[in-house]
Amino acid sequence: MSTTIKPVNQKAWFLILPVLVCVAFSAILPLMTVVNYSVQDIISPERRVFVGTEWFAAIMRDEELHGALLRQLTFSFSVLMVELPLGILLALAMPAQGWKSSAVLVIVSLSLLIPWNVVGTIWQIFGRTDIGLMGAALQGLGIEYSYTGNATHAWLTVLLMDVWHWTPLVGLLGYAGLRSIPDAYYQAASIDGASKLAVFWYVQLPKMRGVLMIAVLLRFMDSFMIYTEPFVLTGGGPGNSTTFLSQFLTLKAVGQFDVGPAAAFSLIYFLIILLLSFILYNWMQRVGTQEKGGAHG
Amino acid sequence: MARIELDLAHAYGRNPKQDSDYALLPLRMTFEDGGAYALLGPSGCGKTTMLNIMSGLLAPSQGSVYFDGVEVTRASPQARNIAQVFQFPVIYDTMTVAENLAFPLRNRQVPKAQVDRRVAEIAEILEMSGQLNQRAANLAADEKQKISLGRGLVRPDVTAVLFDEPLTVIDPHLKWQLRRKIKQIHHDLKLTMIYVTHDQVEALTFADQVVVMTRGRAVQVGTAAELFERPGHTFVGHFIGSPGMNFLTGVAARNSFLIDPVDLPMPPSRTLPPGELKLGVRPEYVSLVAPGTPGALPMSVTQVQDVGTHVMLCASFAGQSVKARMPSDAAHFSKGDNVWLQVMTEHTCFYQNEEIVA
Amino acid sequence: MDKPAFQKRTLFLLAYIVFALLPVYWMINMSFKTNEDILSSFSLLPQHFTWANYKTILTDPSWYSGYINSLIYVGINTVISITVALPAAYAFSRFSFLGDKHVFFWLLTNRMTPPAVFLLPFFQLYSTVGLLDTHLAVAMAHLLFNVPLAVWILEGFMSGIPREIDETAYIDGYTFPVFFVKIFLPLIKAGVGVAAFFCFMFSWVELLLARTLTSVNAKPIVAIMTRTVSAAGMDWATLAAAGTLTIVPGAIVIWFVRNYIAKGFAMGRV
Repeated sequence: MSTTIKPVNQKAWFLILPVLVCVAFSAILPLMTVVNYSVQDIISPERRVFVGTEWFAAIMRDEELHGALLRQLTFSFSVLMVELPLGILLALAMPAQGWKSSAVLVIVSLSLLIPWNVVGTIWQIFGRTDIGLMGAALQGLGIEYSYTGNATHAWLTVLLMDVWHWTPLVGLLGYAGLRSIPDAYYQAASIDGASKLAVFWYVQLPKMRGVLMIAVLLRFMDSFMIYTEPFVLTGGGPGNSTTFLSQFLTLKAVGQFDVGPAAAFSLIYFLIILLLSFILYNWMQRVGTQEKGGAHG
Repeated sequence: MARIELDLAHAYGRNPKQDSDYALLPLRMTFEDGGAYALLGPSGCGKTTMLNIMSGLLAPSQGSVYFDGVEVTRASPQARNIAQVFQFPVIYDTMTVAENLAFPLRNRQVPKAQVDRRVAEIAEILEMSGQLNQRAANLAADEKQKISLGRGLVRPDVTAVLFDEPLTVIDPHLKWQLRRKIKQIHHDLKLTMIYVTHDQVEALTFADQVVVMTRGRAVQVGTAAELFERPGHTFVGHFIGSPGMNFLTGVAARNSFLIDPVDLPMPPSRTLPPGELKLGVRPEYVSLVAPGTPGALPMSVTQVQDVGTHVMLCASFAGQSVKARMPSDAAHFSKGDNVWLQVMTEHTCFYQNEEIVA
Repeated sequence: MDKPAFQKRTLFLLAYIVFALLPVYWMINMSFKTNEDILSSFSLLPQHFTWANYKTILTDPSWYSGYINSLIYVGINTVISITVALPAAYAFSRFSFLGDKHVFFWLLTNRMTPPAVFLLPFFQLYSTVGLLDTHLAVAMAHLLFNVPLAVWILEGFMSGIPREIDETAYIDGYTFPVFFVKIFLPLIKAGVGVAAFFCFMFSWVELLLARTLTSVNAKPIVAIMTRTVSAAGMDWATLAAAGTLTIVPGAIVIWFVRNYIAKGFAMGRV
């Protein structure tokens, strides 16, 4: 949220009431159900035993969970490290106006519009060395590429697929943010004799802060919950090298047909994302409103 | 400091054929070194276009711009070394006040000691010395505009400072302070300053010379007094003054002016070209006189506005109306009263085809 | 603009466009082949070009109805999301009130749970109110993640507009609704364009909730596409064709909002 001083007006609650109704209806009721399940052992629809925090404790001790969590954290971190700079570069490179800007906008957005299972399916074929363009090309370059057999290759392929799929999200947000900068800022910077790098660092990047924060949080959360694409592409393999947290949850829930632990895990899952997002959010807010002038003097 | 000369026109399309195709009709103008000028006119008159051509943000479709005799028509604002203050404050959010002011000098690789000294000087002039280490983003709008201005002043060799309606987003009660500060800086530093505005009070108080513009044309350049006393164009008469000049249509003969059915004799020193003319007289110079006084018209009062310090009397005659500014004792008049108002005075001007002829 | 920098930018853009289009091209390539062709040989262009896959989809009602259903609920959802988000975003941007920062962050927390968690509760909820297998159900379910997103994006853009503009409008005599529609909205065009597109996009591709809450009448295209996995194996060709067709509505949406996104903020000149 912006940091300038705003007038206090409690009547503003009326303006957000519609939003609260929509979201609460969709969120609170189901959430309460989940909480309900997470503290019960549902042996059958008739027999439910209250078990308190037993499921939570069991999950925290689970070694496999630790592994999945670590893989997930590494994945999300890599996603942010690649997609953020790449998205910003993309936003800067996209034309500002004319027919070219429209064409580039459409081309760049295509990957976002493909249903996620289709994304996984396309990359499945795309990565095969016998019938896929990328696979064949890599093999042609002499690389023993196999996303089904080699864990590193699988990892990199999943990452590449995610970068291909989601970088445009960062790009589009950044692009819209850039278009919102009034000309006068560029004119003033030109008059002040600023280099292109200085214009980026002191004008463009600060003015994109709002949209970039949204981009970071969105990409972090969505990558932390990623399920369909890696599942379709690698099925979590080879072994469990690309089994991330979401798939792990599903395996536990579906595999063991146990709603109780699954619900408990869901809550923990949610809390982890909440905690990390909260940290990210506050860190970014603070970076934006430091008391001292920026360290890039 | 520089002397700016303009000899140009600017049109939007490729082949301008008529006046309405031009944003700026062909003009020649000189802005003397160290002068304070205002470009005054309503929205769309071309004043901002002219400013942007002077600053280098826009190149004219025809003609040239000269700075101290050197042609700079296609040169960038940076190359012309000008400073521009925009309608809303443009500052670098991530920097402190000091860093903002230092920015243009740092980009030129000026040594640190010199930068610091210069920044301190300018901050002193702007009365912001105590705020140098505050983040610029947290300041009020008027302080941010001062920083914008300061970034322009910090370069010792700045050629001109151009203002594009800089008080637009400033609180009304702070406007006069900022205006006063700008005028003071002009007085102290003797920079060429050009100020675009649609507010005549701003223009007339700031500038030595005001360029009045309408629809792409600069209709008159003059001091505040000249514009008030002898408007060269009916537009200037309308626009300057509050309310503007009164205009009465009539037919002129050599020694008299006929506003049907009254014939106003002209004093011997003044002669008029024959034909249909407009008589222009400011409400400030219309006075109440005895019936039958030469040069006065019998009028019927239509409205009396008591403004406290004076009374604005509106009256009509033969379908034409006149506003007169009267002292407060005229408040006793009411609608329908018959008064004689003297419109032929030594301050009265005559216009043919909107241009002044006598 | 210095020449070398300009060329670097264009090169990068071209490189990215190639990167973005390669898998899409591969998908389109596949959509014009038969399954046998896909699985047996590697060819940059279809060796036996066929329209059969598209014919299947466009003539079979159980296929193309999927597109129509998706379009309906995605449209409803986008309209509702943006409509309720606008006043809320304005409130967050312009005013300070009790609990504002917390509510703002809470909104985003609704995107922090894998949708799988909500499947059962949502199913029970909509079943209870008798809205199962309706477009409205999916549209409403998707409000969960789209409304917070719309509020976040719009608030960001609204905060970029100086409050002086609001105040000047009130002084000039505008009522709030007129000011909002005639003055404010045009200034945040880019934000509205982006928010609308993202709402469309996230709703369009969402599979789990859409599949769970529908069965026959409102079955979306994303769910129908999973039919391509059967005992006989994966029907790659039809899936590729369906996938290609899926891009079309979204591309149209972004084409429509392109002017919103690209024009951005234009400070009026007096």
